[in-house]
Amino acid sequence: MTTAHALTATDLTVGYGDTTIISDLDLDLVAGAITVIVGPNACGKSTLLRSMSRLLPPRSGQVVLDGRSIHGMPAKELARTLGLLPQSPIAPEGITVADLVGRGRHPHQGMFTRWSRADDVAVAEALIATDTADLADRAVDELSGGQRQRVWIAMALAQDTDILLLDEPTTFLDVSHQVEVLDLLTDLNRRRGTTIVIVLHDLNLAVRYADHLVAMRDGEVYASGSPETILTPELIESVFGISAAVITDPTSGKPLMLPIGRHHMVDRGGPDAADGPAGHPASD
Amino acid sequence: MTATAPSLDAVIASVSRSKAVRARRRVVVISILAVLIMAVAAISLMIGNTVYSVTDVARVVLGQDVDGASFTVGRLRLPRMVLAIVVGLSFGIAGVTFQTMLRNPLASPDIIGISAGASAAAAFAIVVLGLSGTAVSVFAITAGLLVTLVIYVLSHQAGSAGTRLILIGIGIAAMLEAATQYVLSQAGQWELQAVLRWLTGSLNGASWEQTLPALIALLVLGPVLLSRRHDLDAMRLGEDAASALGVRIERTRLVVVIAAVGLIAFATAATGPIAFVAFLAGPIAARIVGPHGSLLVPAALVGALLVLSGDVVGQNVLNLRYPVGIVTGVLGAPYLVYLIIRTNRSGESL
Repeated sequence: MTTAHALTATDLTVGYGDTTIISDLDLDLVAGAITVIVGPNACGKSTLLRSMSRLLPPRSGQVVLDGRSIHGMPAKELARTLGLLPQSPIAPEGITVADLVGRGRHPHQGMFTRWSRADDVAVAEALIATDTADLADRAVDELSGGQRQRVWIAMALAQDTDILLLDEPTTFLDVSHQVEVLDLLTDLNRRRGTTIVIVLHDLNLAVRYADHLVAMRDGEVYASGSPETILTPELIESVFGISAAVITDPTSGKPLMLPIGRHHMVDRGGPDAADGPAGHPASD
Repeated sequence: MTATAPSLDAVIASVSRSKAVRARRRVVVISILAVLIMAVAAISLMIGNTVYSVTDVARVVLGQDVDGASFTVGRLRLPRMVLAIVVGLSFGIAGVTFQTMLRNPLASPDIIGISAGASAAAAFAIVVLGLSGTAVSVFAITAGLLVTLVIYVLSHQAGSAGTRLILIGIGIAAMLEAATQYVLSQAGQWELQAVLRWLTGSLNGASWEQTLPALIALLVLGPVLLSRRHDLDAMRLGEDAASALGVRIERTRLVVVIAAVGLIAFATAATGPIAFVAFLAGPIAARIVGPHGSLLVPAALVGALLVLSGDVVGQNVLNLRYPVGIVTGVLGAPYLVYLIIRTNRSGESL
């Protein structure tokens, strides 16, 4: 089991060039839980993840891990506690699964002590956990999108960190692989106690898998808490700018967001009442 | 997880087995390259206008006096062979460093203007300033570093530094080549000879005095690059992923660029920019070692083999003597075209 670590952002301001993306943000990660960050495009959720893992230096404020600023820590030491799977990592041409997963051991290896038994064990455990052991000697470029994503997660697992951040790990995957990846991350959280933070696009999957939901808007945390308490039509309206109904998902018992558009709405006077003759909006 | 989940021990065994297979392949490839270099080096000492036997060559190398051979082999061929190996290793390791760091085979110093900067400065120093010898080399080395700085600053922007850097570098290379052409048009007969060496790259007139600075640069800067090879290797996964694995990107990039440009500049100062060696060594090494592990050592060896055998071919195979840069240029140009066609088609990188 892992030890509990406290990762906190205080007064965090981050930006690229002249634009400020995140301003004065405060966030306490819940140790041992799955936190999912949601928000509309360009709300700063990926930027937040990047700065919480030292990919971006803060303009002001700081990110603190167990009482120490992560920007002052030795890079490899940080990488043994805090892992990040970026949005689009690159697999070198022709690299095999086992070799790629082995790259996750980088922070555990020195300049001269390269490969040990512990590395073999960590790689093997990561392959088994992600169900990719039978792909070990295949080339990564031959794999399907879902398999490839599992391999990248295996690499992050081999890094053996107590905190794992993932930037949209389900993008470009079909629905079955999305669920598969999120189930896998939940297994990891439940079995090893790894603190997991995921940036997700799909609000309903976010709500289903999150112990703790963070809704961001315009570079700020708009609301955070358990999905059951914070996911309301008002929150969805003000964060995503769309009216929605919230019902209880009969399969998971979690809240389910149902967006209300201009078409196909039953309670607006019958099916497709808003449709004009040629499928265009009617002019009242 | 599944009903047929393999046992941990079996997977551990298979992981360490494939690791061992990959390591063995590396050792075999590196050994073969080293043996080939020694073989071609021996040949380069034996053949030429006069052919000497293995025993004659061996005696000269061991410091004994052999009639005729002592001068030809000891004073002419031996420094030439050592210089070929030194600059080959330097071009090879520096080229693959750039290609790995920027994840693009086009990112080699001879494509992005660093070598062109050294050549243009050398031509300027010879023709306009009337300098010669070490002063020209100092000019060339400084210019190589300056051009790198300019490219680096112009392309430095958060995010996609790689492609910008390459495009800016290619543009700057074109400008510098135009400048060199202009200087050439102003050159007198005897200056032209000296300048031409800076354009194609040649081992003609190689001496120990010329070899020593390049050798020292290699002995100092080579280990600096090697000490960063694992970080460079992690950077092949993308800068975000490498950073998440504990690589300090900015620091690694700075150290590695300075060391690689230093190697290129000193090697170029010794022999001129031997065409395409830095560009070819990495991809050839990648082809024969496979995608696993660092390419620095294999690419350095391939670079040495290219320069050494290019010179043997240029000196002995054809009825005229050609500088080594012409031979490597003939090899490299078609590959460049192939690479551009392939990159355009797939949008891939190294």
